[in-house]
Amino acid sequence: MKNSSEKNKLKWHFWIFFIPVFLWILLMFILPHADLVRLSFLTSDFVGKAVPTFQNYTNFFTEPIYWLTFVRTAVFSIVVTLIDLAIALPVAFFIAKVIGVRYRGLILILTMLPFWVSGMIRVYGWITMLRESGVVNSFLIKTGIADTPFQMIYNDASMVLCLSYVTILYMIIPIIGVMDSLDDSLIEAAYDLGANKLLIWFKIIIPHCVPGIISGSIVVFMYAMGSYLTPALVGGKNSLWFTQQIYNQFIHYFNWNQGAAFGMLLLVLSSLIIIITLKLSKQKLNEVVAK
Amino acid sequence: MIRSLPNTKVYTGCYKLAIYFYFALMFSPLVIVAVLAFNDSVFTSLPWEGFTLDWFVANGPDRVGFFHDSRNINGVITSFNTAIFVSILTVIVGTLAAFLFEQEEFVGKKYLFFLFIAPLVVPGVILGISILSFSNSLSMFIEGIVGIENSTSSSLHMKILSPGFWLVILGQSTYITPFVTLVVIARLKRFDRTLEEAAYNLGANRFEVIWYITLRFLSPAMIAGGAVAFVLSFDNFNTTLFLVGSNPTMPITLFTQVRDGSTPVVNAISVLIITAVCIVAAINLFLADRKAKKSGR
Repeated sequence: MKNSSEKNKLKWHFWIFFIPVFLWILLMFILPHADLVRLSFLTSDFVGKAVPTFQNYTNFFTEPIYWLTFVRTAVFSIVVTLIDLAIALPVAFFIAKVIGVRYRGLILILTMLPFWVSGMIRVYGWITMLRESGVVNSFLIKTGIADTPFQMIYNDASMVLCLSYVTILYMIIPIIGVMDSLDDSLIEAAYDLGANKLLIWFKIIIPHCVPGIISGSIVVFMYAMGSYLTPALVGGKNSLWFTQQIYNQFIHYFNWNQGAAFGMLLLVLSSLIIIITLKLSKQKLNEVVAK
Repeated sequence: MIRSLPNTKVYTGCYKLAIYFYFALMFSPLVIVAVLAFNDSVFTSLPWEGFTLDWFVANGPDRVGFFHDSRNINGVITSFNTAIFVSILTVIVGTLAAFLFEQEEFVGKKYLFFLFIAPLVVPGVILGISILSFSNSLSMFIEGIVGIENSTSSSLHMKILSPGFWLVILGQSTYITPFVTLVVIARLKRFDRTLEEAAYNLGANRFEVIWYITLRFLSPAMIAGGAVAFVLSFDNFNTTLFLVGSNPTMPITLFTQVRDGSTPVVNAISVLIITAVCIVAAINLFLADRKAKKSGR
């Protein structure tokens, strides 16, 4: 008797939690994405009626401008990820292993502080520094290093710089996490046995950090692929980012069907890149996300 | 190399120098933006023309400072309101989800959890367009039921489903809720369930246990989750971009200004935000320090 009433109680609160959360997932995630898929397979015929088609997807592969933009976006996102990794490893090592324990809290706050400021403002800071009338140019001319100011933004290099700048924290934090769990005595042992620094880095530190590196890389890569603001503000006239193609289709051309197809392609292709990375590095998604 | 190992002076010096350089690089754009907010010039660039507060307080006709710039003020207010509603909504849904995924068992839980946290890895632009297209389809569907003549811009479904304030809140919440849930779950995992059993033995029902015991225990995590949600909402750009109406949030208004040529008012806003962030960081540091001293005693 008591058992059955307890079972009823269990059911009752289960539904209290389950129904809102399930509705949330259904209405905010599943149905919107299903609708996006539906839209991506439709096109308007000459009277404006929606008809099913694969045209939006074939456009991507037959028009070089579209897939070239995607390849560009993917390649530059990988470059950004690698730059972040190269900078994050020594910085994270400094924070995790070198600096005195007393200063650790302070330096962690200092590391995170710039990232609490709106991303918009951080990119604006680089624009103020690097543009033709910018602070760096004023400095170069004043010191006599350069005679005439030159434009340092609106090109690929400035775009990569700014993207690396806005994403680097997402690489540093997971790497600090894994470095904390690296036992100092392993490094000491290697040192005692005569290993040099380079050998210690590549034989001990980096192999230990792989889960953190993969987790950071995935976040940075997805962030870079999906960013709109940075490429739009500091990228060149000819350096279109794939999200800008999506934006143009939705807002400028009002071709939602084409935009939806691009959105699905961005989602599927970037997920594929991540799955391949996970397979190659023999990591599992849920373990990496948990880091 | 590490604290316990001997190093040459040159190595340590170079390493430290590189780290200083890293931090200089991280902070210099922000410092320069902040300094130029006080420059007495209509351009956001050097040379230094003298100190002024015009970009905060001037009220025309040549210069309009932030406090008299209705467009930017509106942007900040919209962002604040959005962030408050997003925090409330995401903490409610996020806590419900934390209970569901941490304390209940059901078939397919793994898959549902995956779907729930998937927005974390879906690019914000795609969340934006999916919410936009779905809300559009939904409002057309409702129009079909109630009739177009009943669907004026003041009717409820048009208010929520057309681009604007409420749609931005929903769109941002899709992506922020998983963050809040992860924060709450982290604390719920440390909850001692024998406390619940004790309460049951004393005659409490499930609702009372949750209300008086579990939620009391979770409240720090719920506050922390709400703070995270507030910051993420305030900063959100990609999802918001597709969902804004006639009254955009602050990052969007800043973006249009910087893209189309800005005045130092943008710097003035930056100064206010950077100051707020520094205050929060200082409080954080102070609390952490006090906590460390307490536990060290």
